[in-house]
Amino acid sequence: MNWDWNAVRDFMPLFREGLLVTLQALVLGSLISFTLGLVWALLMRTPTRWVQWPVGIVTEFVRDTPLLVQLFFLFYVLPEWGLTLSAMATGVLAIGLHYSTYTMQVYRAGIEAVPAGQWEAATALNLSKARTWRAVILPQAVRRVVPALGNYVISMLKDTPLLMAITVLEMLGRARLFSQEHFRFTEPLTVIGVAFIVISALASFLLRTLERRLVR
Amino acid sequence: MTSGLWELVLKGIWTTVQLLVFSAALGAAVSFAVGIARTHRLWIVRFLAGFYTEVFRGTSALVMIFWVFFVLPPAFGWQLVPMWAGTLALGLTYGAYGSEIVRGGLLAVDPAQREGGIALGFTSGQRLRKILLPQAVPEMIPPFSNLLVELLKGTALVSVMGMGDLAFSGNLVRLALQESAEIYTYVLLIYFVIAFLLTRVMRGLENHLKAGVR
Repeated sequence: MNWDWNAVRDFMPLFREGLLVTLQALVLGSLISFTLGLVWALLMRTPTRWVQWPVGIVTEFVRDTPLLVQLFFLFYVLPEWGLTLSAMATGVLAIGLHYSTYTMQVYRAGIEAVPAGQWEAATALNLSKARTWRAVILPQAVRRVVPALGNYVISMLKDTPLLMAITVLEMLGRARLFSQEHFRFTEPLTVIGVAFIVISALASFLLRTLERRLVR
Repeated sequence: MTSGLWELVLKGIWTTVQLLVFSAALGAAVSFAVGIARTHRLWIVRFLAGFYTEVFRGTSALVMIFWVFFVLPPAFGWQLVPMWAGTLALGLTYGAYGSEIVRGGLLAVDPAQREGGIALGFTSGQRLRKILLPQAVPEMIPPFSNLLVELLKGTALVSVMGMGDLAFSGNLVRLALQESAEIYTYVLLIYFVIAFLLTRVMRGLENHLKAGVR
């Protein structure tokens, strides 16, 4: 295998730009998935079947179909429906939407893990429904779900290269650009492969630290 | 849609199913080989298997696909047809996830079972084949069922390489008809149906295996 360090050096400026886009997509996608996931989880707990059913079916559908096709769907269909977003915004929305169906399950498990006595105590203290959720249930549930949410952040990181397919120039997109210009694939692809491993290892380490803090 | 376009979609479904079957077979082989290696006595075997798992789980599946398509063939002078390149990339990536399922399943078997095998004079291979795996495999089915759905979704990634799978033919049909919403809804529905059938088959397999153990 011929390895050219000059190619690595030449790729670096593009790599840095791509990394920035990847991290932006990751942060924004995570925020959307955390928020929407909680919304789905709370909707699934409403006593009305008419709310539970559609939410359950739609989230199941989104979870079991490829993110790539969902990306294409939003990218090509939203403009037809009169909503024109940038490629990046569409990508972030798709990632957030896709992963919200996973975080929903995490929140559900977290909420169900809050002991029944806590609900009863809130009732005994005559707290309103909103207050019970805000002051009693959610703080306990969220603390439990942080590690699982963190795992999905790592999964989202590994799915950001898909944005390349809708013209967003994140790390893989820039690597492909470089390869096409310089006819060298090995160096840029290996550099971003290593970058992914390093970022996910770093993220797992941060997560474990956060987990220990929360448990204490 | 005209019959020519339907043919394209059917071809796409066929390619996706083929890719799914091949990469699931390779993935299962890798899962068991690496998963068993991770419980091996020798630290070097455990280390290498662990390294493999970390590398393949750490990177993105799409980056691995690019790597297998563009870096491996020139480096080793290989000529890989897209189907085999896709199978290799997906099988190796998802095998790394599967190896954790196998390792977890083996470790979950009661240690007394292993000791019982030693007391009866079984070799380590016999213990694995006759005692550990028959008990562990039924427990591995639900997580493998999830992984299989993930793999199905992963097959769409090879469309980026121009492989004529379902996601790719969906794009071609969109270009031909200049109509997006309907086409992609069909494509997503087809994926959903395949995922649904997969989970049903796996549930059947689980019941069958559990009945065998009892």
